Amino acid sequence: MTARTLFDKVWDAHVVETLPDGTCVLYIDRHLVHEVTSPQAFEGLRLAGRRVRRPEATVAVVDHNVPTSDRRLGIQEEESRIQVETLERNVAEFGVPYIPLLDARQGIVHIIGPEQGISLPAHTIVCGDSHTSTHGALGALAFGIGTSEVEHVLATQTLLQKPAKNMLVRVDGQLPAGCGAKDIVLAIIGRIGTAGGTGHVIEYAGEAIRALDMAGRMTVCNMSIEAGARAGMIAPDETTFAYVKGRPLAPQGEAFEQAVAWWKTLPSDDGAQYDTVVVLDAAEIVPQVTWGTSPETVAPITGMVPDPMAEPDEAKRAQMQRMLAYMDLTPGQKLAEVAIDMVFIGSCTNGRIEDMRAAAAVAKGRKVAPGVRALVVPGSGLVKQAAEAEGLDAVFLEAGFEWREAGCSMCLGMNPDKLTAGQRCASTSNRNFEGRQGPGGRTHLLSPAMAAAAAVTGRLVDVRELV
Amino acid sequence: MDAFTTLTGIAAPLPVANVDTDKIIPARFLKTIKRTGLGVHVFDTLRYDEQGAERPEFVLNREPYRRAEILIAHENFGCGSSREHAPWALLDFGIRCIIAPSFADIFHSNSFKNGILPIALPREMCDLLMEDAQLGENARVTIDLARQVVVRPNGEEIAFEIDPFRKHLLLEGLDDIGQTLQHEPSIDRYETGRAAEKPWMPAISIA
Ligand code: SF4
Repeated sequence: MTARTLFDKVWDAHVVETLPDGTCVLYIDRHLVHEVTSPQAFEGLRLAGRRVRRPEATVAVVDHNVPTSDRRLGIQEEESRIQVETLERNVAEFGVPYIPLLDARQGIVHIIGPEQGISLPAHTIVCGDSHTSTHGALGALAFGIGTSEVEHVLATQTLLQKPAKNMLVRVDGQLPAGCGAKDIVLAIIGRIGTAGGTGHVIEYAGEAIRALDMAGRMTVCNMSIEAGARAGMIAPDETTFAYVKGRPLAPQGEAFEQAVAWWKTLPSDDGAQYDTVVVLDAAEIVPQVTWGTSPETVAPITGMVPDPMAEPDEAKRAQMQRMLAYMDLTPGQKLAEVAIDMVFIGSCTNGRIEDMRAAAAVAKGRKVAPGVRALVVPGSGLVKQAAEAEGLDAVFLEAGFEWREAGCSMCLGMNPDKLTAGQRCASTSNRNFEGRQGPGGRTHLLSPAMAAAAAVTGRLVDVRELV
Repeated sequence: MDAFTTLTGIAAPLPVANVDTDKIIPARFLKTIKRTGLGVHVFDTLRYDEQGAERPEFVLNREPYRRAEILIAHENFGCGSSREHAPWALLDFGIRCIIAPSFADIFHSNSFKNGILPIALPREMCDLLMEDAQLGENARVTIDLARQVVVRPNGEEIAFEIDPFRKHLLLEGLDDIGQTLQHEPSIDRYETGRAAEKPWMPAISIA
């Protein structure tokens, strides 16, 4: 038998049927649903008189749109409230399991999937959200879909797909102190570009990836979509099994042992072929920060804002100029001198307990710089509880950070947490597009430690100067 | 979904790379529970100033491009979020076809599902069409899906590739779910097989 990659193996195990032109009917094991991309899908089912084929393979939660301040007051914004109420009506009507807003397990869909043991190795996982790639950290094939496909999965528990190409991103060696998973993935995107992974599923491998804990692996896989890839995956190993063990919805006891035996067959075979291979040396990675309005416009914090005049391609030069104008930065300016107004620590990229710890370690005993507003938004109610049990909330509050309820929050500014025009934010989220965090807002993507460092100094700064 | 056979219309030039779906439809307009009505917000930040007045320089605010049915753009169109609101907004505005050197995967697939035809052509071809599009009213471009050609205003034809299955669905205006449900017996068999092979795998039950 030919040598297969991790992706090939998970894919092959889910092909229900291959149509004459190569399109596959691909079986979906887990479907996560949220309030923003599902109303039209349920409406489609209703109009066609269809049911949800496997409600027990589906979990719904509200996250994108919900307030992160006191929720007992209900949702003030009418349109957001209607979306949440619509989801609640839909899950009741179609019998879909649901985690309500006031449940401690509520949180960002990509945080709660792994947390609850909904997301498992060897599974196919989809959600109407591009950052579904996060769950690939467990060795799952997980990808984002549009609303028509949400309806398709609800109705058929399958998708019509063609296999993606295989890409290997190997990160050799060891990360220097002060760097983490976010720096790895930003460096990868800086190298291959936002379309570098188009048509591919990326498998991350190498010593530096193996050394990451599950939270770090999720951060890396999360941003696969920012490299244009359909999904990101990491072969499951002991770190993965230890993480999954005992999760509420994971197999338990004897079943868990049987599952592990299965999951151990997943890593890519020796000699498996990749269509594209990229190799990075972790030792060369420096804390990263973006300067433009695309995640690929990233540089080491020790660097400078690049000069568009050095770009030979006319279209690219014009684009860089537009980005610098929008970001209000000048070529040659040192990144570590850029003053910030806001800090956002959270999102499905960096809203896990490990991220809270990394940020708190920098914030501890320091104060948020005058004039800066800093938000910490845990990725789920359980992350929030765990952080409070460790006293991290106290660390943040003492330093002058705000400590909020779980949700997407300022990652996309659909709830009241947004930037105003011209505000500059150091953000642990994943997209720095124009207006992403609020119309006219300026976003610099970086790691939780770097974000906390920015909060206490009032500017972008190399966190290694503070530890 | 409406069938897509041939289309002759005005092409709007949008010479920008990496047009992301936040740009096509910002998140603040995603609070709808319907598919329609988003056309007025398509490219909102590019189209309107802070006061909500139209920016006269933006292509879709100019005649004849207000009536554009085809959009010509640069690389990696539709990157970013999976929001299907992006094709819904474009469709609601009247766009039925987008031509660019490359597309982001999810946007590409979302487009087909809404009867929008994304056509990937080499950059040189896109540049020619971009020039044609600048001609405004005189630049009627024709898309003939059955023959897989784009016809320039001067009559020259440019062939394009398309997945045969997608082409079939578009030409017939068929919806994917109906197609897949024809394979229901295979799905049943797959589920039974999986359950027999791994009886120890739990189903989800959030209590
Ligand atoms: S945290 Fe941001 S990127 Fe993640 S699911 Fe929410 S909105 Fe999307």
